[in-house]
Amino acid sequence: MAPNGMNPLDESGTSPLAGETILCPGDFSGLKAFESSFFDSLKRIGYDEGQIFAIRLAVEESIANGFRHGNDGDPAKTVTIAYAITATDLHISVEDQGTGFDPASVPDPTEDANLEIPSGRGLMLMRAYMTEVNVIPPGNRIEMHFRRDA
Amino acid sequence: MNPESAGLRVSEKNGITRVEFIEQNILDEENIQQIGEALGSLVDAQDTPRVLISFRDVAHLSSAALGALITVSNRVKSKGGELHLSDIDPKILEVFKITRLDRLFEIHETTAEGLSAFG
Repeated sequence: MAPNGMNPLDESGTSPLAGETILCPGDFSGLKAFESSFFDSLKRIGYDEGQIFAIRLAVEESIANGFRHGNDGDPAKTVTIAYAITATDLHISVEDQGTGFDPASVPDPTEDANLEIPSGRGLMLMRAYMTEVNVIPPGNRIEMHFRRDA
Repeated sequence: MNPESAGLRVSEKNGITRVEFIEQNILDEENIQQIGEALGSLVDAQDTPRVLISFRDVAHLSSAALGALITVSNRVKSKGGELHLSDIDPKILEVFKITRLDRLFEIHETTAEGLSAFG
């Protein structure tokens, strides 16, 4: 797949099952092209609506976190997504160009004292909806695994 | 911020402000900021805000959208008002439950139930 999602179809005319995309901040057409191709691929290989909802939520959160927190809104910094889809598993990584973060430092948003705090739910949603989520030190890359039979 | 340009449909009846989302997906950060501002203006314009937000056509939302709703909820509470949510798709309701925000918000199955819940 070409960078920036500009070539969402492979030689056979279908969306690819693996690829890498570099997203620039504010590039909504690039984001839409990536999403269209990525979710088409999941549908084509048989992922159901509930599975796609879960994956979409986690992927959207990871991209948003990459731009907002990882890159701290820097318009010069990008987010790179790499994925591989099979009939049984999805592996996806989302990497920003920031300095990273320590996941242990993120307060639990489900504690009573934190319920009224408007931010800090992205990582817990990724963990809730994906089979496995790893924050790779120094914390600017998130690797996620979704197993369909999990 | 004009509610319609933020993607909101707003109506008022019997002292209750009803809000619906025009878009299916509430994911775009810039749009969520606009939604937050529009809802904030609605709340600020009322002495004792009474607001029902319906999620009837919403298929996806992000944690940033949840954050905007929490901010609105905090503002409504600070003015002694009421905020109710309704018509939430089961998959999205699950997001509220996972984040335990079903404890923070008053959530109703239908618009009618939401409307009748105001004190």
